[in-house]
Amino acid sequence: MRGTVGYAFVLGALLAAVFGAVVGIEGGLRRRAGTRAWVERATSAFFLCMLGANLTMVWALVAHDFSVHYVSQVGSRATPLVYTVVSLWSALEGSILFWGVILGVYLFAFMRAQASRPDRAVQLAQGAMLAAATFFAFLIAGPANPFGAVVPVPPDGPGPNPLLQNHILMVIHPPMLYSGYVGMTVPFGIAVAALLDGRLGEAWLTTLRRWTLLAWTFLTVGIILGSWWAYAVLGWGGYWAWDPVENASFLPWLTATAFLHSTMVQERRRILKLWTLSLALGSFALTVLGTFMTRSGIFNSVHSFTQSDIGPTFLVFLAVVVGVSIVLLAVRGPALAPEDALPGVASRETAILVNNLLFAALTFTVLLGTVFPLLREAFSGVRVSVGAPYFNRMAVPLGIAILFLMGVGPSLPWGRADRGVWRRQFLLPAGVGAAVLVACLAAGLRGAGPLTIFALAGFVGTVTLRELLVPAWARMREKGERPWTSFLRSTARARRRTGGYLVHLAMILVFVAIAASSAYVEHTTGTLGAGDSLQLGAYTVRFLGLKEGTEPHRRWIAARVEVTTRAGARRTLEPRMNFYERSTDPVGSPAVASTAFEDLYLTLLAFGQDARGDTASFNVWTFPLVGWIWWSIPLFVLGALVAAWPQRRGLPALGQERAADPARGTA
Amino acid sequence: MGLKRNTWLALGALVVAGATLAVVAGGGIGQNLVYYWTPAEMLAQGSKAYGATIRLGGLVKPGSISWDARHTELSFRVATDMSPDAPSVLVKARETPPQMFREGIGVVVEGTFDRSQVFTSNRLMVKHSNEYRPPRPGEGDHWKETLSKESAPSARAK
Repeated sequence: MRGTVGYAFVLGALLAAVFGAVVGIEGGLRRRAGTRAWVERATSAFFLCMLGANLTMVWALVAHDFSVHYVSQVGSRATPLVYTVVSLWSALEGSILFWGVILGVYLFAFMRAQASRPDRAVQLAQGAMLAAATFFAFLIAGPANPFGAVVPVPPDGPGPNPLLQNHILMVIHPPMLYSGYVGMTVPFGIAVAALLDGRLGEAWLTTLRRWTLLAWTFLTVGIILGSWWAYAVLGWGGYWAWDPVENASFLPWLTATAFLHSTMVQERRRILKLWTLSLALGSFALTVLGTFMTRSGIFNSVHSFTQSDIGPTFLVFLAVVVGVSIVLLAVRGPALAPEDALPGVASRETAILVNNLLFAALTFTVLLGTVFPLLREAFSGVRVSVGAPYFNRMAVPLGIAILFLMGVGPSLPWGRADRGVWRRQFLLPAGVGAAVLVACLAAGLRGAGPLTIFALAGFVGTVTLRELLVPAWARMREKGERPWTSFLRSTARARRRTGGYLVHLAMILVFVAIAASSAYVEHTTGTLGAGDSLQLGAYTVRFLGLKEGTEPHRRWIAARVEVTTRAGARRTLEPRMNFYERSTDPVGSPAVASTAFEDLYLTLLAFGQDARGDTASFNVWTFPLVGWIWWSIPLFVLGALVAAWPQRRGLPALGQERAADPARGTA
Repeated sequence: MGLKRNTWLALGALVVAGATLAVVAGGGIGQNLVYYWTPAEMLAQGSKAYGATIRLGGLVKPGSISWDARHTELSFRVATDMSPDAPSVLVKARETPPQMFREGIGVVVEGTFDRSQVFTSNRLMVKHSNEYRPPRPGEGDHWKETLSKESAPSARAK
């Protein structure tokens, strides 16, 4: 029964999407009056149907209705309620269904946000987004239908993949990532509309930028949470492996980041229009490619749930997206001619252009390494994968160059720099960078890669803080305000600028954390009897004994371990091995002792007993600064919020400022 | 004219940069490929297999496991299948065997193969299958057996 209801909702969504896409694009192109109201009805219908379908699925999951195909695959009576609900996105069909409702929310939100703008581009954008929605609705209705009937109805199911019910991050990481992926549909629709319409004015560019920023923020948080999840659950002692699935999320992030920068040049100079639109279109194409790689099972990973036949459908859709994008850019592109030229070489415009080229190069190399095994297998039948050394060798120099530009770009003025700029703008930051380098060397740190990054972090950090604080300082001196007041007011006057620099600060944290944790990682392994201990860096790891436990959906064995630091601080850790009744392999839970500057990371490899008592084998790692990667999330979000916060709903106390300077700070 | 020449210069520089990137990336990929082979496939490559990074997949040959916990030295043979005369390769690893490691189990080892016919592994993964699935009849008791500590491999090896 629930299967039928759910499927009816899916069909309703499909109909609404097809109807809305046709009316939106056709009516928009021919300027038919009155069609927009129908597009809006279709959008609402799509949203409500997808919401209905998802709620029906959650209802079926919670009610353990094993007559529904998807529930019989991932449901289990023993699974705790919270994991039963999140198993909506723990396997293929459910995750695409969930994708559908997020898309519905985006389309609905876009419609509401643009309701008061009588522009045909809005209608064209809605049409293009509904065309993308058609594809996903078709996927849910056909190749990835989760609502199929199961006969006879099984009494119980296998439960979700144990790896996916092993950590609470599973509740939040996929929705974040999906919101990032799906959010790229909106910039895609806006860019298509701009090309169809042949115009890309200030207002439409602002709309494009804000929706991209929204998707970018979700994507950033999703990627970082994903690496955190890998670190906290998988237990191989790392957070990033250049796995195809990780790359799939990283690629659109790169193009979207490039977009957020090039859009500033477009705004100032009215150039790079086509390039900016290509980045918006490309980000969406890369999310589709990423979803294809993640969901079609062509790669073996924790995310490719099972072999499925959605692959061809995805490839067709990807070909359509790329084809339509290229044709539109080629045919309608000339309408968006540049209205200015690039100014001098030493200018912020040029720095951003180089930044974009570096991001493009990074995208290209990561994409090449990701799809190479597929191409090789398709053409020569040889199964290979591209090893992490390739990605590191390519990405580290490009990443360092991007970090360097993060300091150069903000120091250069728009337009043309005079000769004095080097002395005025670069001397102090470069000095700080050199001081950081000397301090690191004095502290005994070695290695060209990490030291370059630390020194650059000093340089870029100084530039960023100066750009953040100097306007506030100037206000303070001019108007005699208190530091905090003048900081808030200068922020409110240039929100995008402030937001951008806050994000740069977060990015510096991530760079430093990655460099430190990968260059100065230490590892040891060993088998200990009860009471034995093992030494790693400043830590003594003492094995106390084994402990067993039972939960409704699993049994576990934990090794009790006492960790003592050189300073004498003690902690007890319990790395575990979980045995899910319906899985053949045990799933480990690493134990981590975090401090502000270092993580001690402990996994239980094996356990047993000998004549003296319990024994256990461990892998032990220390990762310096690794936590900074995830602690940067609040700073990323804060920066994005500051940049995107609508001006008219701004801080009420600052009303006069806005009236005095309406041109500044419109995000 | 000046602007035009600059445009051509910029385009030329882009093409050169792009080509360099493609060459560097292509070379980087060529040197960092990881091959997925079974012991039979790897041995069939002859000397071409030496030095390449390989993911060798197969089954642990019964009676071939030797584990020295004091020096963390593990060695075993990986065979293509369970038949007694299946081709097999000697694997040496400096890591503690994971809990499920036992005779006859599926493993994937990543490392390199050299002229002395030894596969040096730097990563050992135990695999029941490529995808998650519930245990089949008969194999479902493994986990309970593992929970009874006496049967765990690290205990047996001592």
